[in-house]
Amino acid sequence: MRWAEKIRMRLQMFLHRGREAGRLESELEFHLEQQIAENRAAGMRAEEARQAALRSFGNPAVLREQARETWGWNGLEALGRDARIGTRTLLRSPGFALTAILVMALGIGANVALFTLVRSVLLRPLPFAEAGRLVGIFEAQSDGSYQDNIVAGGCFGVWKEHAQSFSGMAIDDSMEYNLAGSGNQLPEVVHAETASWNLFPLLGVRPALGRLFTSSDDQPGANATVVLSWGLWKRRFGSDPGIVGRNILIDAKSYTVVGILPAWFTWPDAEVQLWTPLYHEKSPFLMQLFEAHNFDVVGRLRPGVTMQQASAELNALQREIRREHPDGPVNDAVNLRPLVDAETYEIKTGLYALLGATGCLLLIACLNIANLLVARAATRSKEGAIRMALGGSRMRLIREQVVESTILAGAGGVLGMLFAEGILRWLISTRDDIPRADGIHMDWAVIAFALAAILGCGLLAGLIPALTSRDTQVLTTLQESGRSHSGGRGRARLRQVLLAVEVGLTVVLLIGAGLLLRSYQQLRAADLGFAQHNVLTMEMSLPKNGYRTDDQRLAFFEQLLSRVRSLPGVEAAGLTNVVPGEGRHRDDVFIIKEHPPLPRGQVLDALTRFADPGYFEAMQIPLVEGRSLEASERLDHAQVVVVNRELVREYFPNEDPIGRHIEVSGVFPDQSLRIVGVVGNTRDELALDPFPAIYYPLYSGDQRSVALVVRGRGRVSALALPVQKVIAGLDASLPVANVLTMEQVLGESTLGARFDATLLMAFAVLSLLLAMVGLFGVLSFMVAQRTTEIGIRIALGAPREQIMRQMLRDGLRPALWGLALGLAASVGVTRLIASLLFGTRPYDPAVFVVVSGTLLVVAALACLMPAWRASRLDPMQALRTE
Amino acid sequence: MAKPNDLVQGTLDLLILRTIAPEPMHGWAIAKRIQQISHEVLQVQQGSLYPALHRLEQQGWIRAKWAESETGRQAKFYALTAAGKKQLEEETANWNRLSAAIDLVIAGA
Repeated sequence: MRWAEKIRMRLQMFLHRGREAGRLESELEFHLEQQIAENRAAGMRAEEARQAALRSFGNPAVLREQARETWGWNGLEALGRDARIGTRTLLRSPGFALTAILVMALGIGANVALFTLVRSVLLRPLPFAEAGRLVGIFEAQSDGSYQDNIVAGGCFGVWKEHAQSFSGMAIDDSMEYNLAGSGNQLPEVVHAETASWNLFPLLGVRPALGRLFTSSDDQPGANATVVLSWGLWKRRFGSDPGIVGRNILIDAKSYTVVGILPAWFTWPDAEVQLWTPLYHEKSPFLMQLFEAHNFDVVGRLRPGVTMQQASAELNALQREIRREHPDGPVNDAVNLRPLVDAETYEIKTGLYALLGATGCLLLIACLNIANLLVARAATRSKEGAIRMALGGSRMRLIREQVVESTILAGAGGVLGMLFAEGILRWLISTRDDIPRADGIHMDWAVIAFALAAILGCGLLAGLIPALTSRDTQVLTTLQESGRSHSGGRGRARLRQVLLAVEVGLTVVLLIGAGLLLRSYQQLRAADLGFAQHNVLTMEMSLPKNGYRTDDQRLAFFEQLLSRVRSLPGVEAAGLTNVVPGEGRHRDDVFIIKEHPPLPRGQVLDALTRFADPGYFEAMQIPLVEGRSLEASERLDHAQVVVVNRELVREYFPNEDPIGRHIEVSGVFPDQSLRIVGVVGNTRDELALDPFPAIYYPLYSGDQRSVALVVRGRGRVSALALPVQKVIAGLDASLPVANVLTMEQVLGESTLGARFDATLLMAFAVLSLLLAMVGLFGVLSFMVAQRTTEIGIRIALGAPREQIMRQMLRDGLRPALWGLALGLAASVGVTRLIASLLFGTRPYDPAVFVVVSGTLLVVAALACLMPAWRASRLDPMQALRTE
Repeated sequence: MAKPNDLVQGTLDLLILRTIAPEPMHGWAIAKRIQQISHEVLQVQQGSLYPALHRLEQQGWIRAKWAESETGRQAKFYALTAAGKKQLEEETANWNRLSAAIDLVIAGA
C-alpha cells in the first residue's frame, strides 16, 4: 500500500519534474508572501518587510536544491546535466576529443578482442553436460621427464577395468582417411577421429540422425560403421537423410553410415569430418600394448570424486603396470588435466602474455588521457576556482570531470567493440592452430568486460586529475591564475609521475616484445639441417585395396620417384614418412645388439623415419660417415639403417657405429638391422634440440603413409600441379594432402611464436607512440606555462643553449625514472614468459640495451621540439602575452 | 549548509506529523503552529521545513493537495495518510519512551 504510494510519487516526480518544480517555486513564494505580510502587520514598510523576509528565508536556491533532493531523482538529473556539459565541453575541442576517443578505442578494442579469445578458448566450459567433471588423462613419468604423454592401449584397458573414480572412460585417436569420390566428386583425404563407442554417451552427445556407435560396432570382427559430422553430411552428401544405412568407401573399404552428429558438435575441432569405432579400426595386438603410446583418453569423474582422488588412484594403477612391465617405454605415472585445459595448455602462456600486454596498453592509454585531462584542468583551474567561490561543491566538479572522461571512454568503447570484432576476425583467420577457434564469439561476459573496462578507464582517467587538483585552495588558484609566470608546478609534477609510470609500462612491453621477437629470429635462424628453400612437400596414403603387398607399394614408390625426377624443373625428389620440421611424430625403442643389456627399466629411444635411397640428397641432409641406403636394399633385403649424429653422440660415444646392429621390435620385429651410415641432424621440433633418429629403408615397402619431397629450381609452387598430375597418372583415385612448400611447413610450425612476437611488438610500438605523445605534451605544457619566466630569463641574458638544456632535462627526467622503473619490473615479468622463449634468456642483455637506447632516443626526440621552441622564445613577445 | 542531525530531523518529522494530524495545513501554517504551541521555543526554519515536508511526502506519510488558503491564494496543504497516522503513533511512542528515559537519567544522576 505505502509502497504503491511511494512508487506513484517517484514516478510523478520523474515524469512531471517541470510541473513539480513550478509548484515548489510557488509553495516557497507563498511562504515568502506570508512572511512579508506578517512583517508588514508588525509595522514594517513594504520594502523593509520584503528584505527582512528574504533574510530570514535564507538562500532560496539551496532550499530548492534540498527539497528537490528528496524527490529522489536529483542524482540522475545532475548526471544528465553533467553529461550535457561534458559533451559540450568535448565538442568545443574536437581534436582532443577525437584523439582521446581513438586512443581509448584502440586500448579497449585490443583488450576486448584478447579477452574474448581467452574466454572462448581457455575459460569457456566445453559444451557438454557437466563438463567440469570431464578430464583428459595422460601418461607421465614420475621423474618429471614426461608430463603429457599420449596413452598406450594396454594402460587404458587396465584403467578402464579397475579405476573406481570414473563413471566412464573413453579413448580416441585422430586419423586421416581417404574418402573415395562418387559420381563426379574427387577423392579426398579427410581428418577424422576414431573413438571407443562410449565416447559419445560419455560426453552426452546424441545423434542428429540415425544412431551413434554401440558396443557391438566397436569390436574387431564387427561390420565397418561410420558416423558423419554434420558438416561432411551437408557438404559431401547434400544433407540427404537417405545416406543413413547406406555404404560409403573409406580407404577403399565399405563402411555403413549409421548416423549423423549434430551441428554443434565440433569437438575436438571443427576439422573432424567423420568418426569410426576405435576397437574396430585398431588391431587387438596394438590395443593391449603398454609401450605403444598412441591415444587420447577422456574420463568422466564420478560425482563427489575429486581430481586428486582420481589421480591418486590412476597413479597407483600405473605404478603397478610399470612394476609388471619393467622393460620398454612403459610410463610409471599419470597426469590428469581438466578436459578444456588438456586441449589448450600449449597456447595458454602465449594468450595470457598477450592479454597482459593489452592490459598494459589500456593502462597506458588511460594514463595518457588522464595526462591530457590534467593539462586541460590546469587551463581551466580559474573556472573551477570561480565556481567554488560561487558555492559549487567540490564533489560536483569532480563528478563533472569523471563524467567527461567516462563519455570519452564510452565513445571509445563503442568504437573499440567494432575494432575488437575486426581484430577477432583477423586473429581467427591467421591463427588456425588455436583450438576451439570455431567457438570464438562475444557473449554477455565479454560485454560485461567491455563495460567494466569503459567504466574503469573513465574513472581512472577522470579521478586522477580531479582528485589531485588543488581547487580547495580557491584563493591561491585565483591569485596564481592572475599571473602565470611560475604556475602549475603541482600539476606538472603529477603529469611527470603519470608519464614515468607510462614510460615504465612501455619499457616492460618493449622488452617482452623484444625477447619474443629475438626468440622468433633464433627459431628461424636455427640451423635446421635440411633444405628449406625450393622444396615442395605433399602427403599421401596408399589404401589397402590395390596396395595389399609390399611389392605393390614399392612399385608405386619407384614409379612415382622416377617420373617426378624426370619432370622439368625438378632437381631431386625423395620419399619419407614425416616431413622434416613437422614435429616428432613417431618414435620407437630399440636395442643395440653389440652392447651389454641395459639395466631394467631403461630404454633407448629414437625417432622413426623412413627414407628412399635418394631422400638425403633431395633434402640436402649431409652424409657424415659410411654410405646412404641403396636401391638394392629392398623388400626382404632391407636389413640396413642410417642413423643421425645425435644418435651416435648419445648411444655410441667414442665408438664407430658403422657395422653395429640394432633391433627394433616396433618396426621390424625379429630382425637385426645393420647401421651403414650416419647423416647430419635435422631439427624436427624447431624449438627443441635434435633428437636421435633412425632412417629405415622405405623400399622395404611396408609403409602406406608417405610424404613426397621435391627440390626444384626456382619457384617450386609451380611444380605442384605437374607433380599431382604424375600421381593422378599413376592412380587417379589417390588423394594428395598438404601440398605445401617447405617455407609454409616451417611457417606453420613457427606460427605461434611469430604471432605472439608480432602482436606484442605492435602493442609495444603503440605504447611507445603514446608515451612519446605524452612526453611531448607535458613538456609543451610546461614551456607554455613558463613562457613569461623564460622570457624574463632570456631578457636578462640567459644563453639560449642553457634554456634548451634545462627544458630537455625537465622533459627527460620522467622518461629516465620510467626507464629505471620499467627495467626493474621487466626483470620480474620476463620470467613469466620464459617458456615462450627459444635460445633467448629472459634477461637477454642485448634486448635490454636496445630497448633502453630506443626509449631514450624517442624520448629525446619528443622533448626536442618543445625545448627548442622554448630556447627560441622572443622575450618581448613572451612578456607581452601576459 | 549543515543538515540537521538525525535526532533533530526525526523530531521535526514527529512535530510535523503531529501538527497536521487534526487538519490539513500549508507549510507556513505548520511553522507558525509549532512556534505557537511550543511558546516560541521551537523555531522551524524554512530551510528545514520544506525539505522535511517533501521527504515525508515521498515516504508516503503525508499527502499534499492544492487548495485556496485563508488569504484566497492557492497554497499546498499537507494531510496525514493512513500510513502517516501509524507512523505518528509509532514515533510518539518512541518519543515518549526516549524522553521518559532521559528524564529518569537526569532525575537520578
